[in-house]
Amino acid sequence: MIDEHFAGGTSPIHALDPRYRLAACLLLSLVAALARTPQTPLLILGAGLVLTVLSGVSAKLVLRRAAAVNLFIIFLWLFLPVSTPGMPLWQGLGLTVTREGVALAGLVTLKANAVFLCVLSLMGTIPAPALGRALTALGAPAKFSFLFVFTYRYLHVIAEEYGRLVTAARLRGFVPATDGRTYRTYAALVAMVLVRSYDRSQRVYQAMLLRGFTGVFPCLDRFAAGRRDVLFLGCVVALAAGAVWIEWLAGRGNV
Amino acid sequence: MHISEGVLSGPVLAGGWALAAVGTTLGLKRLDYDRLMTVAMLSAAFFVASLIHVPIGPVSAHLILNGLLGAILGLAAFPAICVALLLQAVLFQYGGLIVLGANTFDMAFPAVLCSLVFGPWLRRTGTVRSVGAFCCGFFAVLLAALLTATALALSGEAFMTTAWAIFLAHLPIMVVEGVITAMAVGFLAKVRPELLSIRLAE
Repeated sequence: MIDEHFAGGTSPIHALDPRYRLAACLLLSLVAALARTPQTPLLILGAGLVLTVLSGVSAKLVLRRAAAVNLFIIFLWLFLPVSTPGMPLWQGLGLTVTREGVALAGLVTLKANAVFLCVLSLMGTIPAPALGRALTALGAPAKFSFLFVFTYRYLHVIAEEYGRLVTAARLRGFVPATDGRTYRTYAALVAMVLVRSYDRSQRVYQAMLLRGFTGVFPCLDRFAAGRRDVLFLGCVVALAAGAVWIEWLAGRGNV
Repeated sequence: MHISEGVLSGPVLAGGWALAAVGTTLGLKRLDYDRLMTVAMLSAAFFVASLIHVPIGPVSAHLILNGLLGAILGLAAFPAICVALLLQAVLFQYGGLIVLGANTFDMAFPAVLCSLVFGPWLRRTGTVRSVGAFCCGFFAVLLAALLTATALALSGEAFMTTAWAIFLAHLPIMVVEGVITAMAVGFLAKVRPELLSIRLAE
């Protein structure tokens, strides 16, 4: 149900310090998301593509994820070209497709995919426990990281538990349809998952207390940033600065 | 109900982050470590529940259940939803870090508001409880759809039609969410009534 194909690996991207990867992802996403001209996200998209290739994840999987992410973008393409006022490109069926509308939809598509590739190659390649610690290192509250790491830890356990309940329902002849019985069954399934999660959380916390938990996790796997990490982040900062500069030039109509 | 990255304008993204940060900080402040574990586990349970696709006529929609989440978690719904959305970004690359704030606020604020308004009804019995639970599920999705549409509409006039389309598409989902929330609360009241009154962060 939930699998992570990107987190494990031996690529140059996986070897980078998670804190640096997270910071780089944040910076590139920010520049791409705030862009107003197509040149800037195009540059980040190129960088994201290079990073994705470097991270060595399967192309088939990347395409499948990209398809899911672009569903919302396709939805936007249905409306934006005809709902944006501007110069008409095509008229028919009582609708007017405008040049500005197509440009806006194109810009959104570029931005969304640029951020998608950065998140996939830089954040998707960090195992969740390391990401939790990287978040704390970058200033997120410790409790937030605790929440993140444990939600992740029990995601799979609870998904399995839900799977068992669904199997049990199916064995008893449950076929989903649009009727009261289906909704009642799903409601009971959800509520049962909640009850079991609640009970499990009590047991787990008691077990943690028994082992002397005081709110801190002593961790053996320490982050150690090397020259390569600094060089990588330097390149990313330079790229982001370049993208901002292009944005500024394009904004003045020089490109 | 996610807005993907690259759609919203700078001020809307910044506003979303500011509001989400306030909510998440408040939620975390009211939680100590012996409750955090429960919130983490329930957040995982809601993540799993959001992967359930329920048939609505010829199509199917996935459950959101932010109303039920708010009813159980109260203010802790903010950090719980923020974490669940962050995990969706990490595991499925739905959305990114920049739009996370707006998406968190869009879903968590209605959850908290509904728990404040309808929460007391859930601790009663019979019809009042069912009606309260239905309202919780119904209005949490209604408000979330409204906030999502507003975020889009504020990002530019061109998004107005899309905003309307998103709101209308959520109308049948509101009813289904209301019904399922009412039934789930009925089930919880029978099986584990204390879950409806733990009020993790109030």
